[in-house]
Amino acid sequence: MVNMKNSTTTSGNGPIVKFHNCLILRNHELINDELWISGSNIIDPESLFYNEKILPDQVVDCKGAIISPGFIDVQLNGGFGVDFSYDVDTVNVGIMTVAKGILAHGVTSFCPTLVSSHPHVYTKVLPHLKRCVGGKHGAEVLGAHVEGPFINPEKKGAHDQATMQTFKNGMESIREVYQHIDSICMITLAPELPNAIKVCIELNEIGVIVSVGHSMANIAQGELAVNNGASFITHLFNAMLPFHHRDPGLVGLLGSENLPPGKIIYYGIIADGNHTHPSTTRIAYRSYPKGIVLVTDACSAMGLSNGVYHIGQQVIEVTGTKAFVQGTNTLAGSVATMVSCIQYFWATTKCTLVEALEAATLHPATLLKIEKHKGTLAFGSDADFVFLKPNTLDVISTWIGGQCVYQNDKFDELITTSENCSVSKKKSSNS
Amino acid sequence: MRLLILEDDSQVTEWSAKYVAKRIRDFNPTPEKPFVLGLPTGGTPLGMYKNLIILHKAGKVSFKNVITFNMDEYVGLPREHHESYHHYMWSNFFKHVDIQPQNVHILNGNADNLADECDQYEKEITKAGGIELFVGGIGPDGHVAFNEPGSSLVSRTRVKTLAHDTIIANARFFDNDLTQVPKQALTVGVGTVMDAREVMILITGAHKAPALYKAIEEGVNHMWTVSAFQQHPRTLMICDEDATLELKVKTVKYFKNLWGVHSKLIDDPVNV
Repeated sequence: MVNMKNSTTTSGNGPIVKFHNCLILRNHELINDELWISGSNIIDPESLFYNEKILPDQVVDCKGAIISPGFIDVQLNGGFGVDFSYDVDTVNVGIMTVAKGILAHGVTSFCPTLVSSHPHVYTKVLPHLKRCVGGKHGAEVLGAHVEGPFINPEKKGAHDQATMQTFKNGMESIREVYQHIDSICMITLAPELPNAIKVCIELNEIGVIVSVGHSMANIAQGELAVNNGASFITHLFNAMLPFHHRDPGLVGLLGSENLPPGKIIYYGIIADGNHTHPSTTRIAYRSYPKGIVLVTDACSAMGLSNGVYHIGQQVIEVTGTKAFVQGTNTLAGSVATMVSCIQYFWATTKCTLVEALEAATLHPATLLKIEKHKGTLAFGSDADFVFLKPNTLDVISTWIGGQCVYQNDKFDELITTSENCSVSKKKSSNS
Repeated sequence: MRLLILEDDSQVTEWSAKYVAKRIRDFNPTPEKPFVLGLPTGGTPLGMYKNLIILHKAGKVSFKNVITFNMDEYVGLPREHHESYHHYMWSNFFKHVDIQPQNVHILNGNADNLADECDQYEKEITKAGGIELFVGGIGPDGHVAFNEPGSSLVSRTRVKTLAHDTIIANARFFDNDLTQVPKQALTVGVGTVMDAREVMILITGAHKAPALYKAIEEGVNHMWTVSAFQQHPRTLMICDEDATLELKVKTVKYFKNLWGVHSKLIDDPVNV
């Protein structure tokens, strides 16, 4: 009698678990509510109650933990001693090491990132960076982020100038250099390069996200790129013209009125306290909060102690929380973890907790156009989420597809104990 | 008829929750002999549900062997709409207690055949053994469930067109847009509620004082459908001071003097 025609069936396959006594991030609010999953999806318990008339198979007491959607890192060069651009012969193993390692930082999906490299590197590495579902083995691979080599040598940062390319043959150049374009999720390019705008349009058409960066572009060139499909700015402030009041360059996109109506331009911030001054982070965030995307831009030294490591073809040195190209003062990528970036960003901007978490969840998901499945705890989304300790935001546990894939031993007393509750799985015989 | 006059709204909701909890516990329901409870929606009952949840979480009452029948539901409003009574019941009560989903009954305002839906509902109530305790609220015009003024006092569950002032009053829940307000509802009849073995009506606020006056001091009248319960052998009306404003001093004094008797209704050795 209660089956109503407007309702949707919610239960997927797999056990139904109810998480309660938690603060969940939903509809831009942290609310005291329950999170219900069925198998690998988040479900609407009300629909389950009225339509399928079933109770959960398991009830989990979260003991006051925050449940955030799983973090998404769209720029990650490696970690735990692995560099995707350097360890080309072992990348199949390396990607697994990193994917598993970042579970402890609350990351449930990511774009493995390659710095500017020679074509043979892309040929070898890209096939291993295809989209790949996450699980106990590691975070989901969303496809590669290729940062260069179609960038401006004058803003090469830590990239090797010898690898730089131009769009001599437009899209053909892209195909020639990368070979495996189907593995690519996002491309960082310099929009001022000849033919770049034509390439932006074509990349947009085939669903590759275009980011501008490592660039000398002025604001007009930046606006032209965004009007032709670019939607991201790679590590804002780094490897671009500094903000100038008469021509604010790519940074100026945050205040531009010459963008398509309603378009949000997203921008990556490496909130590690080194890549941008705290004041700079606050200025960017306060002027354009809806576009911020926290990225780690982590290099192979992330998760490792001080020492000398490789990024691309270069040698870098890690001291404390910084990584430099050896013998210079050029920052070579960060050693930050995603959860530490969120913590730092939250503290330094004094934004709300919701805003800090959305900068690593909803925003990157919307940028990558996967917000229907990831980046929120909405009904129907993938059950990818992180349990965080209130106040400190330390990761208690990480979940992918409804499975607990990481638990922090330190928080044993906080970790939920699930109990099987008596289950009434009887389907209703009501009309 | 019993009339219980309490200080304010919060006392009314607390007392009514304790009474429901005590009735369920005294009944000692089992799967074979469930307690059948009729339930309302609306502002006053909300406080009762909150108190019932508190009692449940404190281990004072279980709804495991309770079967519920709700009074009414809008026609044509999606079940998941924030103003549907399905959604009200889920978010304000069912999700917080141990009720079994198959024991919950709410009229389906989106059924293909609304008349059949209503007939079936009556049969379900009968099949469950009839309603042990029906809890209701009333409107300022004395309507109980959606039995608007002029409803037959022997009516059964059916489709009912809402009174114009009810639609206007409801507009605030639908962005003040009259066109969005459902114009019809499915509702149990006055007769359906009369069949319950006990009826408990909650009335709070000065705006409901005229309705309480009609219910208590005037005769049975289909223009004030709540007055029908004068004919019910076991009716308990619970109101606050504000709702008594239109009553005679004599009436109020009489019922207040019965407090010693009435307060025993929730006396409980286990301290509910």
